[in-house]
Amino acid sequence: MTAISAGATGRLRALRSTVTAGRGRSNDLSFLPVLAALAIIWLVFGSMNENFISPANLTNLTLQIAATGTIAVGVVLVLLIGEIDLSVGALSGFAAGVMAVLNVRAGLPGLVAILAAVALGVAIGVFNGLWITRTAVPSFVVTLAGLLAWQGALLAVLGGTGTVNITDPGITRLAQGFLPAWLSWVALVVVLLVVAAGSVQQRRRRVAKGLGVPNPSWALLRVAIAAGVGSVGVAVLNADRGVPYALVLLLGLIVVFDTVIRRTRLGRHIMSVGGNAEAARRAGINVNGIRVFVFAAAGGAAALGGVVAASRLFAVNQSSGAGDLLLNAIAAAVIGGTSLFGGRGSVWAAFLGALVIGSISNGMDLLGYVTSIKFLVTGAVLLLSVTVDARARERRRKAGGPA
Amino acid sequence: MTPASALESDRPAPDTGSYLRLTGASKSYGAVRALADVDLELRAGEVTALVGDNGAGKSTLVKALAGVHALDTGDFVIDGKPTTISSPHDAVAQGIATVYQDLALCENLDVVANLYLGQEPRHGRGRLLDEEEMEFNTRRLLDELAVRTLASVRTAVASLSGGQRQTVAIARALLGTPRVMLLDEPTAALGVAQTAQVLELIRRLRDRGIAVLVISHNLGDVFKVADRAVVLRLGTLAGEYRIADTNQDEIVAAITGADVLNQNERNHA
Ligand SMILES: Nc1ncnc2c1ncn2[C@@H]1O[C@H](COP(=O)(O)OP(=O)(O)OP(=O)(O)O)[C@@H](O)[C@H]1O
Ligand SMILES: [Mg+2]
Repeated sequence: MTAISAGATGRLRALRSTVTAGRGRSNDLSFLPVLAALAIIWLVFGSMNENFISPANLTNLTLQIAATGTIAVGVVLVLLIGEIDLSVGALSGFAAGVMAVLNVRAGLPGLVAILAAVALGVAIGVFNGLWITRTAVPSFVVTLAGLLAWQGALLAVLGGTGTVNITDPGITRLAQGFLPAWLSWVALVVVLLVVAAGSVQQRRRRVAKGLGVPNPSWALLRVAIAAGVGSVGVAVLNADRGVPYALVLLLGLIVVFDTVIRRTRLGRHIMSVGGNAEAARRAGINVNGIRVFVFAAAGGAAALGGVVAASRLFAVNQSSGAGDLLLNAIAAAVIGGTSLFGGRGSVWAAFLGALVIGSISNGMDLLGYVTSIKFLVTGAVLLLSVTVDARARERRRKAGGPA
Repeated sequence: MTPASALESDRPAPDTGSYLRLTGASKSYGAVRALADVDLELRAGEVTALVGDNGAGKSTLVKALAGVHALDTGDFVIDGKPTTISSPHDAVAQGIATVYQDLALCENLDVVANLYLGQEPRHGRGRLLDEEEMEFNTRRLLDELAVRTLASVRTAVASLSGGQRQTVAIARALLGTPRVMLLDEPTAALGVAQTAQVLELIRRLRDRGIAVLVISHNLGDVFKVADRAVVLRLGTLAGEYRIADTNQDEIVAAITGADVLNQNERNHA
């Protein structure tokens, strides 16, 4: 009897470690809530209005979330180290304003103006990070000050007219241009090949070390899902105008930072600072350096988001970066599954969360709801996802040992 | 290739020269004087037990050696050379590995990531982490520590028991090739079998020529593994004994200050 049950436990354990062997494992499941929310939202709006799932509207949706999602990438990073950045919205407006002025009034080429804006964002992020680490003023306060200050700075650079129109295709193409259909398919195939090759290589390395390898069908399933989602997405977008450059930029940014977070030392150290900063310090990690890096990255992402927003609007005006942009970016990160308590989450949360918020807003617009209802519903979804996070954390705390 | 852990380093036979000497260590936290003019010597291939009541300053001393909290005063001589230790990085560079009383683990990271935190290997000359190397060595190290209760080394530390966490913290200190091992109450959360395992481990470290400092409130354990006992009382040195030449009563007396009382009584008599 005992022998039998011991054998069974052993097998169960072996099974569990095969399932969980390999990298990124348990993370796959953490996306379930947001994916479920997205499915429900799309089903509801799709059944209420046939235009919702149309290629034209889905293309619009990706353009609507591009700026928010780009800014949310930075917010995710900041949340991962257990801090907050309230200045990203205002900063995105200020950086876009600088870009517009450099391009339109100073006549700099579009690309140069964009790079200058991103550099400004990074510089402001470095300033935030240094101020927070040197003075020990909480990031909440430092970046709240930034929220006010950069709004003022935007007004100052725009000057009397209060608005600068952008006509340079070097800038407007970003949110108005689309990949040629053939190029989008080539890009998709390349991405899938890289994913598959990476998974094969990882498998070989694990076998070479005598480590357990996940069942091949799991790896196949992952590649198959990626291929399915990718080709449906590309096909739908190509049925309308094509894959927007702004979407390519957002996904590229996410892939880069996701790789950094999951597969590099820097990313590991970022996660450790969010999990236990004192433990990270004792492990010899330059905790303050990590913090400054993360705020710099968030500043750069915010500036880039501001550029995308300006490109979509053909202009920068006094309300650029204001309104619900900041709140939507933070909500996207949190709805996507990034913990407010630090150390837990994925860069993909920025995309998935922005998609949830964007879908709600887009769907309610189609149905003719007024802004007040939109805000109420978005607020409810945010509250729900933060509650899920807080409850999960409470469960972990109780499940954890006596420590 | 460098050996993956302290247990398999091919260092030559142990010598018993002084490896680390700290003199005149003082440290105050605000008004609290945690350490006052303490001297400590750690010798290669020797186990030194650091004992004392709660709040005697033991962890403070360990944190000073590990570079976590700088001392107000105190001079280090390591391997014959005067040195300063002002950050955890300095301590690691001097070959000092530490198991902290509070373990200092990141609950959100898995066992493998915690073991290698701050010293992650990468693939060849690339930038990406060598997860396979880390996972392989983690399993081997935990096997050596006879940890059989851990279902997967990819479990987040948040879901481990207190004893399992302690073993992870110990395994972490064994990575690389430390010359000094500081263990702050390494068996506090462990069961009988696992405690015996850690005591055995301490002997193996000593036989490898590593200078071991172990803090414990369990004098039975101290007498099982230590060669010397250093007693702290209220932040000051209250005695230093060779285990072979002393007994538990004498140590208890030094810890509680009863020896001083007795002396005073004798002086008054
Ligand atoms: N970070 C700190 N801030 C302020 N006071 C501290 C701090 N750490 C320790 N102390 C004080 O320093 C003294 C020594 O503490 P320490 O942790 O070194 O004791 P210990 O000998 O390790 O005790 P224990 O056996 O309970 O672990 C205590 O009075 C404690 O209150
Ligand atoms: Mg202590």
